[in-house]
Amino acid sequence: MTTTNQTLPTKAETRDFNFYYGAFHALKSINLPVVEKRVTALIGPSGCGKSTLLRSFNRMHDLYPGNRYQGSIVLHPDNTNILDPKVDPIEVRMRIGMVFQKPNPFPKSIYENVAYGLKVRGESRRSVLDDKVENALRGASLWNEVKDRLHAPATALSGGQQQRLCIARCLATDPELLLFDEPTSALDPIATANIEELVTELRERVTILIVTHNMQQAARVSDYTAYMYLGELIEYGVTDDVFMRPKKKATEDYITGRFG
Amino acid sequence: MSASHTLSQGIESMEVTTVSDRLSRKLVRNIKERAIEAAMFAAASISVLTTLGIIWVLVSESYHFFEHVPIWIFLTDTMWTPLFSEPRYGILPLLMGTLTTSLVALGVAIPLGTIIAIFLSEFASPRVREVVKPFLELLGGVPTIVYGYFALTVVSPVLQYFFPSLPGFSMLAAGLVMGVAIVPYISSLSEDAMRAVPMSLREGAYAMGSTRFQTASRVVLPAAISGVLSAYILGISRAVGETMIVAVAAGMQPNFTMNPAEPAQTISAYIVQVAMGDLPHGSVGYQSIFAAGLSLMLMTLFFNILGHVIRRRYREAY
Amino acid sequence: MNQKELAAIRGTIRSNRRLDIIFAVAGFVALLIGVMAFVTLFAQMAYNGWERLNPDFFMNFPSRRAANAGILSAWVGSLLVMLVTAVSAVPLGVAAGVYLEEYAPKNLITDIIEINVSNLAGVPSIVYGLLALGVFVYAFGFGQSILSAGLTLGLLILPVVIVATREALRSIPIHIREGAYGVGATRWQVVRDHLVPYSTPGIMTGVIIGMSRAIGETAPIITIGALTFIAFLPPMPISTTAPFVSFDWLWSGFTVMPIQMFNWTSRPEEAFQQNAAAAGLILVFMTLMMNGVAIWLRYRLRKSISW
Repeated sequence: MTTTNQTLPTKAETRDFNFYYGAFHALKSINLPVVEKRVTALIGPSGCGKSTLLRSFNRMHDLYPGNRYQGSIVLHPDNTNILDPKVDPIEVRMRIGMVFQKPNPFPKSIYENVAYGLKVRGESRRSVLDDKVENALRGASLWNEVKDRLHAPATALSGGQQQRLCIARCLATDPELLLFDEPTSALDPIATANIEELVTELRERVTILIVTHNMQQAARVSDYTAYMYLGELIEYGVTDDVFMRPKKKATEDYITGRFG
Repeated sequence: MSASHTLSQGIESMEVTTVSDRLSRKLVRNIKERAIEAAMFAAASISVLTTLGIIWVLVSESYHFFEHVPIWIFLTDTMWTPLFSEPRYGILPLLMGTLTTSLVALGVAIPLGTIIAIFLSEFASPRVREVVKPFLELLGGVPTIVYGYFALTVVSPVLQYFFPSLPGFSMLAAGLVMGVAIVPYISSLSEDAMRAVPMSLREGAYAMGSTRFQTASRVVLPAAISGVLSAYILGISRAVGETMIVAVAAGMQPNFTMNPAEPAQTISAYIVQVAMGDLPHGSVGYQSIFAAGLSLMLMTLFFNILGHVIRRRYREAY
Repeated sequence: MNQKELAAIRGTIRSNRRLDIIFAVAGFVALLIGVMAFVTLFAQMAYNGWERLNPDFFMNFPSRRAANAGILSAWVGSLLVMLVTAVSAVPLGVAAGVYLEEYAPKNLITDIIEINVSNLAGVPSIVYGLLALGVFVYAFGFGQSILSAGLTLGLLILPVVIVATREALRSIPIHIREGAYGVGATRWQVVRDHLVPYSTPGIMTGVIIGMSRAIGETAPIITIGALTFIAFLPPMPISTTAPFVSFDWLWSGFTVMPIQMFNWTSRPEEAFQQNAAAAGLILVFMTLMMNGVAIWLRYRLRKSISW
């Protein structure tokens, strides 16, 4: 990956962020920057809290009772603390897109899936929708495969295509930050390679935060890497540094496969 | 007694059984297992026998009925006066009564049932759900004769207060109450279908910035549509076959009209009326209730088949 | 994202949220209609029928004079009919459920039976009445008796018992079966010693719900010709002289609670309407009790599952 210096603008950062599932303290004082127009990867053994952290960026935990945030996650440039009770989670989710572990296309046509976010935003002009749907599908490298069957049900697509459709669904609304929650864990190796390639292309357009259980994947697609363990952020840095010259023993153990 | 002692005893007794002994015991055991399986199969076959019995009874009695009344008169005559000295047997008035009361009932039950289902599945907290669901079940368990009494003694007078020209018996009063009686069936089955929609779909919708209502109406409901439509179909079957509410509150006169503000008789209410009288076994009047029952059965069969088709067409796609 | 875009988004969210609120209100109103209907129904019956609820009402036969009329023959009839229903539907339903879940091979006959069970649940109850009229009353010659009525309702609730049995069996994890087969049990032994005992609460729930439906069923019983005015009791099942147990009651004419209520409801006189209200109150109370027990059983079952 390209070496980048630390003076690049950050798109978002967590400040002293804690998260509780009921009484369970799942995330402990996380301070993590997300650099703009770059890919940041969250790695760590399962149960370390990387998905919990990712889902906090989209206020997904609000959907379930008993969850509690503490500290802040600040979105730049307007310096909004998206965890602020005064901030509408729906507004947060409109600004930040998310792609899930398992492809979850809506039971609608391909076109309707991509147009969904626009329609939720009140866009109903056919020409605008057509344009944005096409652009989003092109952006997710899916256009050539589906342009002749835009009104076929999305569930008829293959798993890899479905996941790229879910990415297109997010791209259609121009998110400021795109979250990926282990986007390839349900896919075969070829589909995985396609998604990885796509993520690398997208970093020109959008800031990306990606959770992955696959260290090679993190090394391949990310510019920055954060290693988490037991709810704590152990090490954060430029991906090459974290993988080649880890500062912490724990990180090195994990990366070299001595544990995890 | 020690464990090893029992064990050695067991081994001794095994040693004294001869091969033929064991074989015969196995044979006896096999015969017993087979006999039990056959008995259980017989029990399961009762359901098929029930269906065959229904078909046989309805078709054979109707056959005798249609020997006296040509089938095209049955289907086209607009009068149903089997107890007059010059009886006329046109099913249309009863059919219209059945359809009208059913339409009124579904006009109440489908919107209410769907709204309640969405509310419970997508809006209500788990605690509200825990309280409301059993309550709805209780509402569905109230005997229909009680609902009939309610329609006649409460709903009819209330409606008459607002519409003084409404008669004491009306399809409107019966239909409205029937609708309330059907709500629990529709709401509980629809809610089950919506709750079966995987959380990942909801998360996808919320992650796009949808509100609850948008998630419910644009993602969850379409995903659950086959189950919801099945619930509607069951509701329709219930409405068409419902008997006591209409027998008590809709009046007992066959009436060639689809105006819900009028009294009328439904197919099922006619069967009740004849059964309560003393028509001799084998008379045309006696046979006429089987012809009426056959019509009812064909209607519900039609809706059942429609339900199967819909389920096949809109199989859950998540 | 700049301030203008943010403001636009906020406007959209505001109008989207308005629908949320409107719908929540609609849901609340819909529920309220259900609650109101039930409360009014109950209150009206309680108000009208309350004073008729005295011991005499339970111990008197029907009468031409409303004030002397009671439900003795009706509740005894209901009780006996329910007895026949339970004795016929429970063993048959459980056996059929066990067969379909544990024994049935995957073939056409099984498919036919399964489709049949699910379709029977959608058959109007009055059609069961016609079946019973043709088969039990005339073809089998059982007449307009308690036996005919009980068997009719038995057939009616059979699908409920079958479905409940199957669901209860399905919730028993496979390792329980494997454990039992592993020590050399035959299929019947596994069913008798493990599956049926463990699924008893689930089956009971279904049986109670089915019975509560049967006790309120009116149409099929009217169709087979239950009497509406009956001033005698069926012969006693137990006597002090040999042979002590008699089954003559099975062949007796009868009436049941819902029919008694229907009879009174169709009378124009106010006094009979009071009787109808009182009978309805008892009927609703009985079905509520049965449903309540079923709901409680299911609740406890869900709490106590520990495999």
